[in-house]
Amino acid sequence: MAQEQLRRFWQEFSENKIAVVALFVVLALVFLAIAAPFITPQNPYDLSSLVLSDSRRPPGFVGSKGFTHWLGTDAQGRDLFSAILYGLKISLEIGLSAGAIAFCLGATLGAGSAFLGGRTEAIAMRIVDLQLSFPAILLALVLSAVMGQGKVQLIIALAAAQYAYFARTAHGAAIAERSKEYVEAARSTPLSSWRVLFRHILPNCLPPLIVVATVQVANAIALEATLSFLGLGLPPTEPSLGALIANGFQYMLSGRYWISIFPGIALIVLIIAVNIVGDQIRDQLNPGLRR
Amino acid sequence: MMDDAASRDFVSLEHVSRRFSTGTPWTDRLLTRFGRTPPPRTVYAVSDVSLTIKRGEALGLVGESGCGKSTLGRILCGILPPSEGQATIAGEPVVVDGHKVSRRVQMVFQNPFASLNPRLTIGDAIAEGPLAHGLVTPAQARDYVQGWIERVGLPADVVQRYPHQFSGGQRQRVAIARALAMQPDVLVCDEPVASLDVSIQAQILNLFLQLREELNLTVLFISHDLGVVRHICDRVAVMYLGRIVEEADTAAIYNAPAHPYTRALLDSIPRLEPDGSEAQFKAIAGELPSPLRPPPGCAFHERCPLAFDICNTQVPELTVIDPSHDRRVACHALRDK
Amino acid sequence: MTNALLRVSGLKTVFATRNGPLRAVDNVSLEVERGEILGLVGESGSGKSVTGFSILGLIEEPGRIEAGSILFDGQELAGAPAQVLRRIRGHRIAMIFQDPMMTLNPVLTIRAQMKLAFDAHEGGAKDDFTTRAIEVLTKVGIPDAAHRLDAYPHQFSGGMRQRVAIAIALLHRPDLIIADEPTTALDVSIQAQILTEVRALARETGTALIWISHDLATIAALANRIAVMYAGKIVEQGTTREILRMPRHPYTQGLLNSRPDRFPAKAKLPQIRGSMPSLSNLPRGCAFASRCDRATDLCAMQSPAWQGDTQQGVRCFHPLEPNP
Repeated sequence: MAQEQLRRFWQEFSENKIAVVALFVVLALVFLAIAAPFITPQNPYDLSSLVLSDSRRPPGFVGSKGFTHWLGTDAQGRDLFSAILYGLKISLEIGLSAGAIAFCLGATLGAGSAFLGGRTEAIAMRIVDLQLSFPAILLALVLSAVMGQGKVQLIIALAAAQYAYFARTAHGAAIAERSKEYVEAARSTPLSSWRVLFRHILPNCLPPLIVVATVQVANAIALEATLSFLGLGLPPTEPSLGALIANGFQYMLSGRYWISIFPGIALIVLIIAVNIVGDQIRDQLNPGLRR
Repeated sequence: MMDDAASRDFVSLEHVSRRFSTGTPWTDRLLTRFGRTPPPRTVYAVSDVSLTIKRGEALGLVGESGCGKSTLGRILCGILPPSEGQATIAGEPVVVDGHKVSRRVQMVFQNPFASLNPRLTIGDAIAEGPLAHGLVTPAQARDYVQGWIERVGLPADVVQRYPHQFSGGQRQRVAIARALAMQPDVLVCDEPVASLDVSIQAQILNLFLQLREELNLTVLFISHDLGVVRHICDRVAVMYLGRIVEEADTAAIYNAPAHPYTRALLDSIPRLEPDGSEAQFKAIAGELPSPLRPPPGCAFHERCPLAFDICNTQVPELTVIDPSHDRRVACHALRDK
Repeated sequence: MTNALLRVSGLKTVFATRNGPLRAVDNVSLEVERGEILGLVGESGSGKSVTGFSILGLIEEPGRIEAGSILFDGQELAGAPAQVLRRIRGHRIAMIFQDPMMTLNPVLTIRAQMKLAFDAHEGGAKDDFTTRAIEVLTKVGIPDAAHRLDAYPHQFSGGMRQRVAIAIALLHRPDLIIADEPTTALDVSIQAQILTEVRALARETGTALIWISHDLATIAALANRIAVMYAGKIVEQGTTREILRMPRHPYTQGLLNSRPDRFPAKAKLPQIRGSMPSLSNLPRGCAFASRCDRATDLCAMQSPAWQGDTQQGVRCFHPLEPNP
């Protein structure tokens, strides 16, 4: 079934041309990010390869190393094209890992508490509600300020800020599933609780969770950029897209727009493309919107 | 072999009740504070039901929606723990500390579109329980599943397929295979043909009759369709608002219903006359009372032609009135006669 | 036969789907006279409900009426403009659904909804609204109708709600009521009450009824004539008595025999094998051929034509012979 279903899913997906373009953009960006070390003229993290006299040059400038900086250079003399691709890689890594961790944590918590019911459910879901009433950025800010800079710290902060969305969604879906007859059938066999939860309830909660996941990956990327922009994310030696934007921010008014604008465009294109793909998946997985 | 007494009480429900509560005590206290009566919060879906089924017997449980027949089936199957009383099979309790411990009772559900996990193949769905309980080894599972699939009349190549590729009747066959693969002694069937098309119903009923005989199954057959129950069952219990009002041999129930509700229920079904004359039926007066506010005394007294003063205050007990047909009736008017 | 209230001929309703056209109703012809009750029997997916919706002009995209005529009291409804259909619907033809909440609005009192339905068509303005409302509510067996008029739908039980829906359908003294599985969701004791009321109503008011159901027994209790549908086509039609006593189409016979009431307990029921083919993937010949014991090569090759008139007949190459 899996193959046949995937084929039908793709058939329906391909009817929305905008979503197909967005998917292509996402895949292209992912490819560029992975291939960054091989296609960029410069390694922007290798400080020894930076030439300070080439700094803040406009797009199209031919640098002292003999290649053209198509998108210009930043204050440290980094080639912006290279920096953006490396930054994209970091943003995607962090966004995807944080999303995946939040997904596993939240789904298990939400579906598990719905399955157990009673006091466990009440306490777990009130905590989740409490957390949802804060803006995610606030929690992420506090956590990354406490834990300090670094990739792992950032991922933990983002996952902690976002698991609640997954938990809410999984809880809602699991409540609908747990009263269905196939769950009763599994319980009457009887099968162990973890088996009913992980083999019967959770797989059937996946469609809404996948939708939340696409939105939350985009959100995680945006959050990471925000934290980096504020100087709380990654060290300046490993700039992500957010840090690049922050770096160029002070030169905006002096006419050196490119240092901020090009990373900004890359970030916006990535987030919009992920969101469009997510919306299309949501429309296709939501039976209420079908037919 | 078991002796007669043990065999008679092979399946036993002893003073089983099931309450469902909604709302919270503090909102009720608040309402009382402001001089309002809080709405009733506790529903007795099943109240004080005692029932036995002989080994190999099929007991039909009939009644209208909300009478508690499905709840009673779920209690016997261990899906819902009873609030009071307990269900036992051959003397062993089905549920201990709120967890089902017996695999001797399995269930077939009403809606075959909801009772199969859409993400498991037919083969996996049937094999899961037996594997988890060590009834088969993983090496044998394939042949074991194949055996059950053939037994319920499905083509052999369905193992790798998913439920959505099947029609309602075929899914119900899968659900039956899944329940029987656990090698139960007792099968609870909750309206197993109600959601199927008429032409498919006969197929599933025939399958039931055949499997029951081959496997010597003890069956609790829950249905609102009196014609189906008559065809399948040896004995019939009629429920009304959480209680059993009459229980007797199938022939005795259909040929000479005693309780006024049973009589009215039988009269209200239009029956197809083979000679093509207009189907005759008679409606019962009044409406089903809400289980939230059951009438005092006998729950049926408001609609009952035989009701007299005591019926409004006292709940009639289920007593044997006709030993030759194993008939028990809960009715003041019949006992005092 | 000029006095037919409704004459449907050659009706074809098609739904466009991803996998090509789905012929939900294929060449259906039927007639209803004034005061007559026609029972339309079939399994799910047989096209019985779509037939009812087509007559009412309630077919929406991606469905459409492809061919055929729906002559109601001399007026052509197939392809009639929406406003003409709207004037007829609810006024001269009323509909009752399986779920009364499809007709009832949960946030309005019964009085408000009846008033809306009442004012929608000027024809009713001759009557005083309240008198008429109480009259129809009483007629469908709602006790204390004057008081219950100000209640909300949720204050009624399922059976009472269905009665209210029927009462609203009766407001304008329609000539024809189309009822789609109106008692399927109800308990048997409530179903019996409603059947009794409807039977009495039809006799008193002379309203014609098309009663759509999967349950032959309820139809037998109500209808003067029965039309049996299978895979979008009417396969047999006749008076209730004829159909029940000597069905001529093997499918009708199979349906009758599928009910356990006619057989000794625990006997094997004569089942119809297999299941109905999907409407989007119908065989070339007779749609019932693969399940039929009487089928020959001819049945697989060619779809049988209708043998009979608009009142009775059968669509089968090898119909059962009426026993002498």
